[in-house]
Amino acid sequence: MNNILNHIGIENYIFLSVILFCIGVFGVLYRRNAIIVFMSIEIMLNAVNLLFVAFSTYHQDAQGQVFVFFSMAVAAAEVAVGLAILVSIFRNLGSITIDNLKNLKG
Amino acid sequence: MEMNTNIALVLVLAPFLGFLINVFFGKSLGKSLSGIIGTLSVVVSFIATVYFFSGIAAQPEGIRITLFDWIQISNFKVDFGFQLDQLSILWLLFVTGIGSLIHLYSISYMHDDENMHKFFAYLNLFIFFMITLVIGSNLLVMFIGWEGVGLCSYLLIGFWHKNQEFNDAAKKAFIMNRIGDLGLLVGIFILGSLFSTVDFTTLKTAITTAPDYNDFWFSVAALTLFIGACGKSAQIPLYTWLPDAMAGPTPVSALIHAATMVTAGIFMITRLNFLFDLVPSVQSIIAIVGAVTALVAATIGLVQNDIKKVLAYSTVSQLGLMFLALGLGAYEVAVFHVITHAFFKACLFLGSGSVIHALHGEQDMRNMGGLKKAMPITFVTMLIASLAISGVPLFSGFFSKDEILLVAFHHNIPLWVVASVASIMTAFYMFRLMFLTFFQEFRGTSAQKHHLHESPSLITIPLIVLAILATIGGLISLPGNSWLNGYLTPILPKLANAEHHLGTTEYILMAIAVVGGLVGIGIAYAKYIKQNTVPTEDAAISGFSKMLYNKYYVDECYDAIFVKPINFLSRFFRDTIETGLSALVFGFGKVTNEISYQGKKIQNGSIGLYLFVFVLGLCAIVSYLFLAQ
Repeated sequence: MNNILNHIGIENYIFLSVILFCIGVFGVLYRRNAIIVFMSIEIMLNAVNLLFVAFSTYHQDAQGQVFVFFSMAVAAAEVAVGLAILVSIFRNLGSITIDNLKNLKG
Repeated sequence: MEMNTNIALVLVLAPFLGFLINVFFGKSLGKSLSGIIGTLSVVVSFIATVYFFSGIAAQPEGIRITLFDWIQISNFKVDFGFQLDQLSILWLLFVTGIGSLIHLYSISYMHDDENMHKFFAYLNLFIFFMITLVIGSNLLVMFIGWEGVGLCSYLLIGFWHKNQEFNDAAKKAFIMNRIGDLGLLVGIFILGSLFSTVDFTTLKTAITTAPDYNDFWFSVAALTLFIGACGKSAQIPLYTWLPDAMAGPTPVSALIHAATMVTAGIFMITRLNFLFDLVPSVQSIIAIVGAVTALVAATIGLVQNDIKKVLAYSTVSQLGLMFLALGLGAYEVAVFHVITHAFFKACLFLGSGSVIHALHGEQDMRNMGGLKKAMPITFVTMLIASLAISGVPLFSGFFSKDEILLVAFHHNIPLWVVASVASIMTAFYMFRLMFLTFFQEFRGTSAQKHHLHESPSLITIPLIVLAILATIGGLISLPGNSWLNGYLTPILPKLANAEHHLGTTEYILMAIAVVGGLVGIGIAYAKYIKQNTVPTEDAAISGFSKMLYNKYYVDECYDAIFVKPINFLSRFFRDTIETGLSALVFGFGKVTNEISYQGKKIQNGSIGLYLFVFVLGLCAIVSYLFLAQ
């Protein structure tokens, strides 16, 4: 059976995915720049997508891969909206440091 | 039958129509027209009553009219219907008859009052409810009327509502009546649950044929019904509202608080005679309460100085005598006394109204006197009524009171003694009233003396008619040859063989009663004519008469026993319990408020913090999922 998992074990994908996710988490927690935070969130998202695909292949079930398509489409839409918000914040405040966004509180 | 239904509806609804007209258009109709409409509507009822009265001889079983099914719950069914039999027609006759006269009287008496149309509206409403009370074919329809007359009594006592004392008197009457009404309701409930019916005819069959009736619940039902009668007919311990009810205009006192409404209790007990006959223990309670009320009220009446108060206590006392007769099972005698009493007491009240009218509102007999010359018609009619109530032979009161005493003598000598003493006192205080009001010199101000005048004919005509009735009213039940007893036989079957035997004992008793009455009159004559005494000022009264003058301090006792503790309890509930409860309820609000106020502080707008909490939550979920496995 021509399966990539025969060459690289499933556990490697899991480790990679966990490392990516943790990078995303720490990026979210430590960085103040909104775009970086945003990118970190995307990293977390893609870590999960990677895991999805890996397990999908592992179980010989295409459902997981199909689901990843959906998740990527949603993420693309989210990125579009998120970036638009960031642009308008930058226009108003002149910076995109998240500490400056306290005024968004009602 | 169709025609009877229509006439019965006219009989009931005419006063109600009068009420509607007066209440909605009375002000624009003007005083005279409003009074005439009010009077006419009652006269129409009276004519309808006379129609039924003339037909009753042909239909001894009475006329029953069912208008519609009112309440129907499984096997319990109540019709809204009327029952026109001997008893209700008799009551209707004097309710509408005397009612018409008093309406006529009020046209003149109330003419100076700005709210005259309201007065007539209330009077008409009263007549409507009184007719409903009397004519109802079951206890519930009667109860509607029973409550309605109480309401009208309240409205009319407090008619001059700008005076706070009058309002208090009205409230007192209403509350006292409520206590009695509760008793009546409980009685109706018990009868309803025992027999699944509250209809008079069905009840009568059910009760008289019930072989294994529950003795205990029978007695309780009779007792609670009697409590209801006590409230409405002003018997001990619920009598204190009636003297205070004199706050209302005098025609009201005459109509409601002497002739009609206060006899509702006697009507109800006579209606349910088949029930009361089965419970001798309750009957003796009724007799004793009646006799004691007669005596107590008479003693208080001895020293009162307000002309209407004397008459009010006299009414309570006479009602006591009627209850004595009821308790001894002599329903027809009680009914007889109700009728004669309605005549002479209405006459007395209207006469006192005429005097008060002439003196511009003066009610204290110490400021009257010598009115004989100025007001001859009022004087003569009141004299006749006083002779009647004192039991002077040939006047109506003589026959009815004598029969009560006779019955009492045959059943229970102590009760006879009590009733006789009360009668002697009645003669005394009635003639005390007459002598103080009409004889000797005038004791009022000279301005009043200048304006002394006989009342207009609208006032004197009802007085004359009532005085004539008070004289000849006794003819309906002469000893030995009683039309009334024969008339009431279908209602009171026991009477048929209970003809009065006029023997030596009876004549002796009669003589004792007459002598007693004359002695009472004589004492009054000696004291107030010969010695020319005038009752002393309030402050100078002392000893036992002070106690009498203050009505045995019964009001003060009730105040101390019931009113004060209830007020105290209310204040306790308001200040302690309710404060505690609201502190608890408000406490919940305050705690919630405080929690959300503190929670608000976390939501400070720092995105970094939000993200931190988000990651924390994520970690928590993940670790939970691991732990769950």
